[in-house]
Amino acid sequence: MPEQGQPTRSALLVLGCPQVPVQTSIALYLMHRLRKAGITPVVAGNRSAITLLIVADPKREYLGEALDLDRMIDQITEKKRDFDLCFVFIHNDAGISYAATMGAILKSRLYALIYGENFDKIAAMIDFPCRNIAAKAVHNPMPLKKMLDEAEPWAV
Amino acid sequence: MGCIESLPYEVLLRGSSFKEGRDYIRKNFSEHRDVQPGFKIFDTHIIGVPPISIGLDDDYVIFPYTKPCYGTFLLRIQDPTEAARIRALK
Repeated sequence: MPEQGQPTRSALLVLGCPQVPVQTSIALYLMHRLRKAGITPVVAGNRSAITLLIVADPKREYLGEALDLDRMIDQITEKKRDFDLCFVFIHNDAGISYAATMGAILKSRLYALIYGENFDKIAAMIDFPCRNIAAKAVHNPMPLKKMLDEAEPWAV
Repeated sequence: MGCIESLPYEVLLRGSSFKEGRDYIRKNFSEHRDVQPGFKIFDTHIIGVPPISIGLDDDYVIFPYTKPCYGTFLLRIQDPTEAARIRALK
């Protein structure tokens, strides 16, 4: 938890297409770890990705503010929002585009959470500065959770 | 697609990668400008890996449009004002 008087840090979670099951599970777990470390998570994604989180977390124990991805990008580029950390969920080419965009428009420490069948090929395509947390995880979130626990991005 | 969806656009490439879109523009349009992610075009912030190429062909603007579940579309829209604004970029 942050010491009294310290400003609260915030983290943006940029969700990808929810077609790979581990995304919702890892997003909830990451929000739990961030909150435990005193970091406020904010989620941006499309309607389906956010609705999956809302249904899985009905009491909003982990999920706080959640915003449409396009609206969030508008707010960041208009300098209305900024975050200390940014996590982009990536399992396809579009995910790389969103991560590169976040790297260009935010000053945050950028993490690429890479998963899915082709996680290694996707990771190899990333040629911009960011910290990769990658594992072959499709239905079972444990390989990606393990990598996340080892990286401890919430401890930075 | 927000504002862009309401415009009369033509899809040149569908479900492509960002690199395929950039290569297509550079190969097929003699005039193009490179912009950074977040550049606003047709009132929408452009998504992609820099440099992002925008093609120009008379009054037409050719640009990538990315959605999380559908990949990158390469769209062509006729708009003299927007074409002139992008053409004026260094």
